Amino acid sequence: MTRIGVVVFPGSNCEYDAAAAVSQLGATAEFVWHSATDLSDFDGIILPGGFAHGDYLRPGALARFSPVMEVVARFAEQGGAVLGICNGFQVLTEAGLLPGALQKNRGLTFLCQPTTLIVESTKSVLTRLATRGQELRIPINHFSGAYTCDDATYAALEANDQIVLRYKENPNGSRGDIAGVANMAGNVVGLMPHPERAMSTLLGSADGRVLLESFLSVPVSAG
Amino acid sequence: MSSAPESLHRALGLTDSEFDDIREVLGREPNPLELALYGVMWSEHCSYKSSRIHLRRLPTEAPHVLVGPGENAGVIDAGDGIAVAIRIESHNHPSAIEPYQGAATGVGGILRDVFTMGARPLAVMDPLFFGELTDARQRWLVEGVVSGISGYGNSVGVPTIGGELTFDACYASNPLVNVLCAGALPTERLVLGVASGVGNLAVLLGSSTGRDGIGGVSVLASAGFAGDDGAASLDDAKRPSVQVGDPYEEKRLIEACLELLDRGLVVGIQDLGGAGLVCATSETAARGGVGMDVDITAVPLREAGMQPYEIMTSESQERMLAIIAPESWPAVAQLCAKWEVRANVVGHVVEPDLDSDGNPVGMLRVRRGFDGEVLAEVPAASLADEAPLYDRPRRPPDDLDEIRADDPTDDEPIGSPNDDLLRLLIDPAWVYRQFDSQLFLNTVVGPGRDAALLRLAGPGLPFSERGFALSTDSNPRWCALDPRAGTALTVAESVANLACVGATAKAVVNCLNFGNPEHPEVMWQLSEAIDGMAEACRGLDLPVIGGNVSLYNESGGKDIDPTPVVGLLGVVESLVAPPPGWAWHDGDTVMLVGTRHAAGDQPFPLGGTKWATQRGRRGGHVPVFEPKSFRTTAGFVAREISTICAGATSDVTAVHDVGGGGLATALAEMAATTGVGVEVGELQAHGELFAEFPGRFVMATSDPESFMSRAAQAGVPVVLLGIAGGLSLRIGSSIDLSVDDIAVRRRDALSEALASLD
Repeated sequence: MTRIGVVVFPGSNCEYDAAAAVSQLGATAEFVWHSATDLSDFDGIILPGGFAHGDYLRPGALARFSPVMEVVARFAEQGGAVLGICNGFQVLTEAGLLPGALQKNRGLTFLCQPTTLIVESTKSVLTRLATRGQELRIPINHFSGAYTCDDATYAALEANDQIVLRYKENPNGSRGDIAGVANMAGNVVGLMPHPERAMSTLLGSADGRVLLESFLSVPVSAG
Repeated sequence: MSSAPESLHRALGLTDSEFDDIREVLGREPNPLELALYGVMWSEHCSYKSSRIHLRRLPTEAPHVLVGPGENAGVIDAGDGIAVAIRIESHNHPSAIEPYQGAATGVGGILRDVFTMGARPLAVMDPLFFGELTDARQRWLVEGVVSGISGYGNSVGVPTIGGELTFDACYASNPLVNVLCAGALPTERLVLGVASGVGNLAVLLGSSTGRDGIGGVSVLASAGFAGDDGAASLDDAKRPSVQVGDPYEEKRLIEACLELLDRGLVVGIQDLGGAGLVCATSETAARGGVGMDVDITAVPLREAGMQPYEIMTSESQERMLAIIAPESWPAVAQLCAKWEVRANVVGHVVEPDLDSDGNPVGMLRVRRGFDGEVLAEVPAASLADEAPLYDRPRRPPDDLDEIRADDPTDDEPIGSPNDDLLRLLIDPAWVYRQFDSQLFLNTVVGPGRDAALLRLAGPGLPFSERGFALSTDSNPRWCALDPRAGTALTVAESVANLACVGATAKAVVNCLNFGNPEHPEVMWQLSEAIDGMAEACRGLDLPVIGGNVSLYNESGGKDIDPTPVVGLLGVVESLVAPPPGWAWHDGDTVMLVGTRHAAGDQPFPLGGTKWATQRGRRGGHVPVFEPKSFRTTAGFVAREISTICAGATSDVTAVHDVGGGGLATALAEMAATTGVGVEVGELQAHGELFAEFPGRFVMATSDPESFMSRAAQAGVPVVLLGIAGGLSLRIGSSIDLSVDDIAVRRRDALSEALASLD
C-alpha cells in the first residue's frame, strides 16, 4: 500500500482533506509535523493547502525555513514524488523546489470558484494517468495564485514540458494561464487548484481523482 | 481598597440605581476595579438586561436538544452519535467603525463559542446589512467587511457557506454584521463551560492580553451612535474599543483546544469574548458554584503599565480559559507548546464562601499574586447572572396605522414590469467567491442557493451518511410593518429554504438586531418579534436553542428597522446524491407548488415586498402566516427532495423557494442559472408577479402526471406555469426578457454598483 506523508505546518488547513482524498484511493496517509526530519517511511509527500505560519511576510516565505523542508528537498532530489497543493505550491516555489512564484490575483480578491483545467503534459507524477488535452473541472481557493516567472524560465518550462496544467479561462492573471508546474524530472509538482476537492460528484466533480491516482500510481521510493 | 469616586459608575455605563444594587450586593462601597467589572458584566451586551424577560417566552425544548440557550452554543443530537453545535452573534458596531477588523473578529468570536463546546467548527454564515450602494461609505463598508470575513475565515480554516446580503437606507449609519457558526462533535465529548473541582487550575490559552477592545461591550456595543452621520463622526473616539484579530493564532488555538478535549485533559473550557477575563472567570465559577482566585500578574501582557481593570476587561482576541486538574498541567503545557500556543495558570478554583445564612457563595477574587493583595472581591454569580432585569416601557409607533394604511397592494401598476424585475436581480457571487466555501469536503450545496447543505462529517467524527442544512433569513421590511407577523413569516421562510435542499428543520438560533431599547417603540418591536418567533416555532415544532440580542442599533436618534435574523439548522437523513438545483431542462414542466393565494384578505399582498420598497413604498400590510397549509407544502417538498438526496431516481429536476422579489424573481433566477427560458400564461393579477409570502415553490418535473398525483395525495396544490424552452422568460403580457439579459444583469448588478465612482 502506498504511504503518503501529509506535511502539517502550523496554519495548514487542508491536511485532513488531502489525507481523506488519498485514503479514498487506497493509500495510507499520515500527518508529518513541520519539525520532522525523517521522511524515509513514505512513498510520496503532499504539502497541503492552508496558511502555513499564517502566510506572514508572504505565502510560503516562512514555511521554507521549517525543518521538514530540508528533508523534503532531499526526498525530491532522490526522485521521491512531492505534490504541493495551493499553499503547498507556494511553499515549493519559495523553497526553490519549483521555478517561478505565485503573486496576488489580478482582481486583488480571494477567489473560491470552479475552474476548468487543461492537461498540458503527462510527464509529471500528477498527470501520468491523464490524457494530454483532457479537461478537468477542479476548484481554486486562493488569494495569491497568479503564477509568474521571468521570460527565460517561461521558455524553459515550455521547452522541457514542465507546464502540467493550464486554466481554460484564466481566473487570476496567471502567466500563460498556468495552473500547475513540475520540476525538470517531473517528480515534484505544484498546482493552485485543489484536486482533493474534486473527488466525488456529490461535491460537484470527480475530476481530481485522475490526478491523485496518478500521484499514487507508481510509488517512487526515496530510499 | 479605596472606594470609587462619586460619578465613576456613570462613566462606566452604570445607572445610579445599578450602582445602588452593587452596594447592596457587596454590603459596602465597591472600589473602582470592582465597579469596572460590574460595568462590563452588567452591560446590555453581556447581561441581556432589557431583553431577558421577553426571551423567556421562546420555546426551547425538544427531545433532540442537548444544550439550550444560555451556554456558549446550542447543541442538538443529529443522529449517528454526532451532535451539532450552533451559535449566532452580531458584530455590528465594531464593523461600523473598522469594517475589516470588526467583521474578522466577529468570525473569530463565534468560532470560539462553538469549539468551546468541544465541536470542530465546520461552517460559517454571514447575514450582512448595509445602506444603499449609491453612497461611497457603504461601498467602503461592504469591501472592508467582506475582506475581513475572507481574510480571517479562510485562513482560520472554516468554510463560509452562505449568508444574506441586504441593502437598505436604514442601515447606512449602522450596518449589521451577523455571523453564524455550526460545528460538530462526537456526542459523548460534549463539554460545558464549568469550573468544578476545588483545587483545579484555570489556564489562559492563546494570545497575550493588550489594551484592545477595552469597554467593547459597554462603550461600543451597548450604546448608539450619536451623530447624524452615525459611525462616521465617532470613528476616532470609539476605534480603540475595536479588537484586532489574528487568524493564525486562532487556528493554532482551535487545534490545541480540540486536542486537549480529545485527550480528556480539560474539565471545562470557556472562550474569552465580550468582557474578556472577568466574563470567562465569573461565568465558569458561577456555573460550577465555586470561587475563583485570579492572579493578574500571571496574565501575559502585550504592553507595559496595564492596570488591573484593563487586564480583567480587555477583549484581546484568540484567548480561551481551560479548567484543568493540577496533575494534567504538564501534559497541557507540552501540548500547547507543540501548537505554539501560550498557556499560563491564571486562576485557582477555590471553595465558595458562606454567607450569613450559611449558603455557599462563590467569590471571584482578583489578586496580585495568588497569595498577594486582594484587589477585588465580588460574588461571581452577581457578575454573571444577577444584573438587574428591566421591563422597559413598550408602545407601538404612533404612525403605525397610518403606515399600514398606505398599502401598495392596490397601486395601479405603472412603469415597465420588465425593468422592475431586472432591478430586483442581484447575484451575491462577488461576495461569496471571496470565501472558502469547500474546506473539509462537506459542501454539497454552497452559497448562493436557497440553503446550504453539507455532509455531516469532519475530522474526528464517527461515520455518518447524514447531511445538515443551514439557512439564515430576515425580512426587516415585513418586520417594520408588523414585527410579530413579520418574524413568524421569517421563520417560515427559513423552513421553506431548508425544504429546497431536502432538509427537515430541527432548531432555530436568532440574532435580534434592534434599535435603542430606551425607545418604547423599539421595545415594542422586540417584544412583538419574540412573540411572533415563539408562535411560529410552536406552530412548526421548532426549539430555539440559542441567540444573541443586539440593541442600540441607532444613529442620530434614528433606529434601524427591526431585524430579527433567523438561523435554522436542519438534517437530511441520507445524503449520497446532490439535490436538484435551480436549473430546469428544455421540455420540463415548470410548476408553482403550494397555496397560490396568501391567507387573509389580500390574495397577492405587496406590503413590505422588495418590489414596493424599491418604488419607495414602505407601507401596507404583512401577509398572514397560516402554519397548517405551510407545513403540508414544506413537508411535501422536503420529502420529494430528500428522496433524491438518498439516491432515488426522481422526475423532479429543479426546485426554488419563492422568496424576496416574488414569483417573477424566482423564475428569472432559475432561467438565468440554466440558460433555458419558459413561457408562463397570464397571471391572476399584477401583484402575483412580486408578492412575497412563504409556502410556495417553483419546481420543474420531467413527468408532470406523476408529480401532480403525488402532490394531490399530499394535499398540496399545484399550478402548471409552462414548459421550459426557448431563450426568453415570458410571463403573460407583463414580462418578456431574454434569458441572456437576465443572466448578465443579475451577474453584474453587484460589481457594477460597487464600482461606481461617485
